Amino acid sequence: MKRLGLWPALAVILAGMCLLPWVISSYYLGLATLILATAIFAMSLDLIQGYLGLASLGHGAFWGTSAYAVGLMNTRLDGAAGLVGEFAVGIFAAAIVAAVLGLIALRSKGVYFLMITLASAMMLWGVAVKWRAVTGGDDGIVGIGRPSFGFAGMDLGDHTQFYFFVLAFTVIAGLLMYAIVKSTFGKVLEGVRESEVRMKALGYNVWLHKYIAFVVAGVFAGLGGILATYYNGYVGPSELHLVTSAEALIMVILGGAGTLFGPAVGALVVVLIKSIGSGYTQHWMLILGALYIGTVVLAPDGVFNLFLRWWRGE
Amino acid sequence: MLLTAYLTCSYAGGGVSRMEALRVENLSRRFGGLLALDGVSFAVASGERLGIIGPNGAGKTTLFQIVSGIIRPSEGRVLAYERDITNMPAHGRAAAGIGRTFQITNLFMQLSVLENIVLALQAHSRAKYNLLKPFLAYDGIVLKAEELLLEWGLAHRAAEPVETLAYGEQRQLEIILALAQEPSILLLDEPTCGLSPEEADKCVSVLQSLSRSIALVLIDHDMDVLFSVVDRVVVMHFGSVVADGRPDEVKADSKVQQIYMGAVDEYSRS
Repeated sequence: MKRLGLWPALAVILAGMCLLPWVISSYYLGLATLILATAIFAMSLDLIQGYLGLASLGHGAFWGTSAYAVGLMNTRLDGAAGLVGEFAVGIFAAAIVAAVLGLIALRSKGVYFLMITLASAMMLWGVAVKWRAVTGGDDGIVGIGRPSFGFAGMDLGDHTQFYFFVLAFTVIAGLLMYAIVKSTFGKVLEGVRESEVRMKALGYNVWLHKYIAFVVAGVFAGLGGILATYYNGYVGPSELHLVTSAEALIMVILGGAGTLFGPAVGALVVVLIKSIGSGYTQHWMLILGALYIGTVVLAPDGVFNLFLRWWRGE
Repeated sequence: MLLTAYLTCSYAGGGVSRMEALRVENLSRRFGGLLALDGVSFAVASGERLGIIGPNGAGKTTLFQIVSGIIRPSEGRVLAYERDITNMPAHGRAAAGIGRTFQITNLFMQLSVLENIVLALQAHSRAKYNLLKPFLAYDGIVLKAEELLLEWGLAHRAAEPVETLAYGEQRQLEIILALAQEPSILLLDEPTCGLSPEEADKCVSVLQSLSRSIALVLIDHDMDVLFSVVDRVVVMHFGSVVADGRPDEVKADSKVQQIYMGAVDEYSRS
């Protein structure tokens, strides 16, 4: 068991997720779909927050940009670009925004990085609110349809099939990101987190590694944004707002920064509290806040590390 | 100023001309109103072992920061093997053969001992840009890291996070990381700082046994350590070089005696 590590647990969870459509109602299946898309978003932030050690309050910029790109493409061209075309444009948009923001934000670190990423994302939010002709302003873009997907006769309009579609992407993205954090490149990121100066003295181009990681994280965040947009059928300025970025930051801290799969658990917790809690009280943020404080006090390295210690029998 | 540079490099291993590994020319560095380095010039021949001494605040570490490319000089030039590297980024200098250790232990504390060394070994390989192949899947490199650990008697700690190592072991790892880079110019910033006498002795014998293909620049406050390793000593005081010569010459130098003996109270209190 020890040699196999976490894989048996992950296999059981995956099997459980495959059974979900026959166990829960379509409302909760929709929620599960949103959680999966959000999990990609949270894991992508962990690449830079947990592994590189750069906490960001602007990660929503990539999530929101790809969402708008896909929304615009989908509604203006009436889905003519097809699934692959819309995905390509959405991913590309997120990558471009990450490539530009990275040039600015990566000149700083710590709280300055936090502030620059925050300001950058809020500038995009400002554009989304003000540029009504393109973005629809506060109303956003409505009526985004799920494009047809010419694979084994899948119909993405069907809740269950769309759930499996998003699940497949989440699993692939999760495995890819896992490969990245276990690769030499990923270990270099950890080295930069531990000691940037030593990495430079050893001969690593620290800036380039940070930049590549930032863009890669942006691309994965963008993928999450695309899937969430197809789920919602709508995109509005809130996707670019500070709250979206801050939620991702909380997911990473709740789940455990630098654990990759932990932030996916964080995504589950935050989305559940937000969706279910807001049904009972408008003060659902209080629940999230209390949970956040509880985690920071009782399990400062996140719930995933608690689970890991239990799993390894420590 | 340039003249002193040429004068001070006249030492070349007892008249036999050797290739010059490192040269600093007229280096100055200001931190606001503080002139930390003031026109420092000297050269190190290939394979030579140079010691740098001087009271706290003499500018020794600032000098290392500039030579290794972590900070830029306000004035002056740095040359490695006669190539101007003054504006080269730190990672480029490492690739050009400059390795260094740090006065204050500077390791990847949460990573394992083995991972620390593998990171040092992979610095100049293409592996660092490979996003998919697992970090420890490069067998040759891992084997080399394990050999280094055996050699240094740290093999039993390979899987431990560095933060759990004893201070003396961490200081050893400082040197291992720098050596793993296979530098041709090695800058050691107080390698024995904080070590027990036994550990310091061990460190000295390691330094003495280093290959003569490495040009060594050693900062140390411990005179016994310094004089038992180096061929030549540069004495710094308030950012300037005040003496440069063989250990016995430097010990006999009246300016050096004044700095170290005459002003004993002034420095022992700080």
